[in-house]
Amino acid sequence: MHGSATSSVSLPIVDHPTAAKPFVTNDQRSHWHDQALWFVRSKRDKQASAVPEWEYLRELASAIKTHTIANLDRYLEDFERNARALGATVHWAADADEHNAIVLGILRDHQKSRIVKSKSMLTEECGLNHFLEENGVEVVDTDLGERIVQLRKETPSHIVLPAIHIKKEEVGETFHRHLGTDAGASDPKYLTEAARQHLRSKFLDGEIGITGVNFAIAETGGLVVCTNEGNADLGVSLPRVHIACMGIEKLLPRFQDLAVFTRLLARSATGQPITSYTSHFHGPRDPDSELHIVLVDNGRTRLRQSDEFREALHCIRCGACMNTCPVYRRSGGHSYRATVPGPIGSVLSPTREPDRYKSLPYACSLCGSCTDVCPVKIPLHHQLLAWRKELVGQNLLPLGKRWSMRMASWLFRHPWMFSSAGYLGRISLRWLPHSLTHCRLNKWALSRELPKPPPESFRHWYRKHR
Amino acid sequence: MAGKPAILPWDSNSVRQPGSASKFTTIRISTRLLEFNRMSVALFVPCYIDQFFPEIAIATLELLEKLGVSVEYPAGQTCCGQPMANTGCVDDTAPVARRFVEIFADYDAVICPSGSCTAMVRHHYAEYFDPQDTAFQHVASRSFELCEYLHDELQVDSLDASFPHRVSLHQSCHGLRELRLAASSETRVPRVDKVRSLMGLVSDIEWCTPTRSDECCGFGGTFAVNEPEVSAMMGRDRIADHIDARSEFIASADMSCLMHLDGIIRREKKPIRVIHVAQILAGGPFAEGQRSIPSIAHP
Repeated sequence: MHGSATSSVSLPIVDHPTAAKPFVTNDQRSHWHDQALWFVRSKRDKQASAVPEWEYLRELASAIKTHTIANLDRYLEDFERNARALGATVHWAADADEHNAIVLGILRDHQKSRIVKSKSMLTEECGLNHFLEENGVEVVDTDLGERIVQLRKETPSHIVLPAIHIKKEEVGETFHRHLGTDAGASDPKYLTEAARQHLRSKFLDGEIGITGVNFAIAETGGLVVCTNEGNADLGVSLPRVHIACMGIEKLLPRFQDLAVFTRLLARSATGQPITSYTSHFHGPRDPDSELHIVLVDNGRTRLRQSDEFREALHCIRCGACMNTCPVYRRSGGHSYRATVPGPIGSVLSPTREPDRYKSLPYACSLCGSCTDVCPVKIPLHHQLLAWRKELVGQNLLPLGKRWSMRMASWLFRHPWMFSSAGYLGRISLRWLPHSLTHCRLNKWALSRELPKPPPESFRHWYRKHR
Repeated sequence: MAGKPAILPWDSNSVRQPGSASKFTTIRISTRLLEFNRMSVALFVPCYIDQFFPEIAIATLELLEKLGVSVEYPAGQTCCGQPMANTGCVDDTAPVARRFVEIFADYDAVICPSGSCTAMVRHHYAEYFDPQDTAFQHVASRSFELCEYLHDELQVDSLDASFPHRVSLHQSCHGLRELRLAASSETRVPRVDKVRSLMGLVSDIEWCTPTRSDECCGFGGTFAVNEPEVSAMMGRDRIADHIDARSEFIASADMSCLMHLDGIIRREKKPIRVIHVAQILAGGPFAEGQRSIPSIAHP
């Protein structure tokens, strides 16, 4: 995964607490980030409560996804047949390398080297930008947030709001350096206008348009791409070739199923009733144009075989679980060192590389907010808990933690030892110096006091009084 | 409810509507209490409450006794196994869970002053038992969080308690999103807020409302030590929200959240305190046998 590799070269195994530390200990930035995302979550709440059948929609969306994933083979074949009937070319990619090679192949066939690309988490997952650039192709991300991130040579920190971690002053500096805006300018209107002019010239120069796909309809062979900036539409309107890259889980059986998801997507993602642009593509737009659809597996079939984690394939990439996650909001998306951060990312990333991402399922207080906010009802916090069990089963939990739990289990099976240990704990807290009980080795005490020790335990009190 | 024992004196699915209390309720309750006196009810005291917060367990016991429930505290109980389970250590959890079921299997109901531990027993024990194991089915379906028991089973609608202070409620995540003691802010399912409606029976409380009604406090068991910085910031943010709401007491039905919040409050000398809901409902004890609350010291 080249997309995320750039930011984690020095840290092959992601240790979330360490990766999060610089962000979370920057009190001002962390709070600013938390409040920005909480604002989005609040907007989502307003929109969700404006739809009386909200919970019914979630239930329905979950059922449609369960059905689709169960019958994915059939629906993929239906989709391929119907998309071809509309004149599209359908490609199948088993993994990221195949996907990248297919895209490069199409560029080479047409002898083109300038790409305009709208947002696609799949191409991030496959490291497409990096791969194409290495092969001499110019890739311009046309989503404003992604363009900002691209100019700064960073990766998106959120799947819907890629530049949510960057302040407007910092965007001003970036634009000053790359687009020649006035030094020190940070007015969002001014900066957006500058980006607009800059991107307009890129759109005019673009030779091939690449988009992601929000939904693909098996019954019609059509694609749906949702954006707020209209950049996907602009990007594929001028070039004669449109490449749409999609994970195989993006499929919906029927056109009528789409309405359930368009009603949930934007409300969950940004608290809008609908995205500004919901564009439908049914084959190439005219006989001189081409539409290439690349269907990518890249681990999805394997995930589909897992009873425990299959429901993660329901994800429609709305990002609501990130906006609501109290850990994500405070630690920032880059602390996950993964293409998809936050709760759903912490479920998906270990399915690819359990050893590398083993700390992510623990970057969670199991509060369950993600599960309740998810528009397709993925039981996210239960899956994170299931991952912990899986990691222990694979012997990937650090020995210290493993042994402390073994010890705790032993204590809890021996009430007398348990109660003696508690007694020792209370005595130590009472008589040992505070600097010793609250030393740096005690992670609890880094920013909190330990409980004030009571003179006796409840079991002791009970024996005396009842 | 699978495995619901026949001794249940009424349909436990009926949820009392707020404001439905009438003069007949008192009579209904007293006959219900007669039934309860014939039931054997066990108190489960979570490990950390037993060792570090005995006053919460005493308040729970005294509250139940005051309401006419004869409660036993089965000897030999320790922990529900949640710390090991949430770390993923299935093999270390299984014997603790089996031990728990053995200890509590003979009681008609198990009451626990913690939503989190109750959720562990009710929703997370299945993988450690044979699905046909009747003792497991019984314990899992008959374990109650204290407020849930008072609200759903005992259907308490009056309490002789007063707490003349400014109070704000901290919803514990597991009570909220696993036991569904109230509607979470994410969902649109109407639910009675069981903790809040019980607290409504206590006179003289002045309620304060934090802006984020149910954000996690950041305790999360071993999360508190695995991710100390994020956890502490989450706690500080909750405390600030409650202080801004002019609250004197953060009340919660889960002491684990409060232990974490109190640790930060004392470290940073914040002008607010924590209190377990059982202490308010029972009128104390508040600490080491204290029956009254000394006035809050504002630094």
